[in-house]
Amino acid sequence: MAKVLIPTALRAFTDGSSEVEGAGKTAGEVITAVTESYPEIQKHLFDEEGKLRSYVNVFIGDENIRNLGGLDAPVHEGDVVTLVPAIAGGRP
Amino acid sequence: MSLTESIIPDDRVDKLTNEEISRYSRHLLLPQIGLDGQEKLKAAKVLIVGTGGLGAPLALYLAAAGVGTLGIVDFDVVEESNLQRQIIHSTRDIDRPKVASAADRIKSLNPEVKVITHNTRLTSENALEIIEDYDIVADGTDNYQTRYLVNDACVLLGKPNVYGSIFQFEGQASVFYAKEGPCYRCLYPSPPPPGLVPSCSEGGVLGVLPGIVGTIQANEVIKLIVGGGNSLIGRLLLFDAWEMKFRELKLDKDPGCPICGKKPTIHELIDYEQFCGLKPDHEEEPVETIEAKELKQRLDAGDKIQIIDIREPHERAISPFAGAKPIPLGQMTRRIGEFDDTEDAVFLCKVGQRSVFAIRALQEAGYKGKLLNLKDGVNAWARDVDNSLPQY
Ligand SMILES: [Zn+2]
Repeated sequence: MAKVLIPTALRAFTDGSSEVEGAGKTAGEVITAVTESYPEIQKHLFDEEGKLRSYVNVFIGDENIRNLGGLDAPVHEGDVVTLVPAIAGGRP
Repeated sequence: MSLTESIIPDDRVDKLTNEEISRYSRHLLLPQIGLDGQEKLKAAKVLIVGTGGLGAPLALYLAAAGVGTLGIVDFDVVEESNLQRQIIHSTRDIDRPKVASAADRIKSLNPEVKVITHNTRLTSENALEIIEDYDIVADGTDNYQTRYLVNDACVLLGKPNVYGSIFQFEGQASVFYAKEGPCYRCLYPSPPPPGLVPSCSEGGVLGVLPGIVGTIQANEVIKLIVGGGNSLIGRLLLFDAWEMKFRELKLDKDPGCPICGKKPTIHELIDYEQFCGLKPDHEEEPVETIEAKELKQRLDAGDKIQIIDIREPHERAISPFAGAKPIPLGQMTRRIGEFDDTEDAVFLCKVGQRSVFAIRALQEAGYKGKLLNLKDGVNAWARDVDNSLPQY
């Protein structure tokens, strides 16, 4: 089990939870587990081809998964996975 | 990664006057700043993009710190709802241009600061010309297109971009300086589609949050000027004011970055509205809208209409819409079975932007009935139909 930190911008899709649990051995599996528990968040994280959206970064600990093998990056018991979407602040 | 050299060249530095020595004595007593650092501050030229929530503490603290030249860019006027967080403006400044109000405040705080006001929107046409004259840019903007514009202009001109952004209770800060580390595009190659992340005017923002994040930006600006310390280059600071937690993540330069990577494909400023998807996409069918007055007429005539309020309960309480069925945006497709596709459905939110996403979500889920968006949202209803309701 990994702890997944949900940023404010995506909490509307996790019933307001700031932390959820996801089971899996890779970043991709953990995030997919989250999308199975909260289907509405799916399209905000992945595009139609199942690729991670370019305005969402995923970190395991303080490392971007881009440097750890992308969605195949290994996740260990007790790791903290952080989703970091772009936020702009202010008016549209 | 950290940068220890001051970005201000020694040949631009002048001695402090005795008055300045008195004024900045608390800086001079810090060995990390001292006379040298304060002289660098006096020589420095900093451009603050946006004089809103982030720009306010940035401008006030940098002026107080003795930054010699402050440029401020904004095209907006002060509105009442800004005053909850934009502490550089006052109630008497409502309807004044933000740059004028900010310039007055900076001058009253520190008359020695040279203030250059740019009462304009930063665009691809003027950005390079404006930014060129400054040593550092502090990005306190409120939209993605200006963020990419500021980033690209700074990369092209070789300037550091001190970044901060906020949403509700959450802030991010970093220093993007392509000479030394990653840029904004290395972190976010492209922006979210418009409206996916609600803006502060729809999503709300804690008033002190930009105070905290903007002050962190001011701190980073000062370190770049005086040199030394550990900058946020290559680090992303996340702040959650509600949980009161700071987290720090490592940022690396992306070798494939289109503007600062090994083989850059962007060599000049582009059309950022188009890049951010703000120009209508011809493939996408426009969403049908209904005006508040027309909805009122149809309801008075006894038409059967499903009215769906996509706001969360706390927001509905601000200006309730009688007779609407609440289905928060996050539950829309899950509750598709609750709709009757033989009856028109009208969707509403505060200003009619998020409700478009509810309609799109249902369309994508295969809903066949007629879907209408209440134009300009509940605020239009309060303005045009029911004046007893507040606009917010
Ligand atoms: Zn880059």
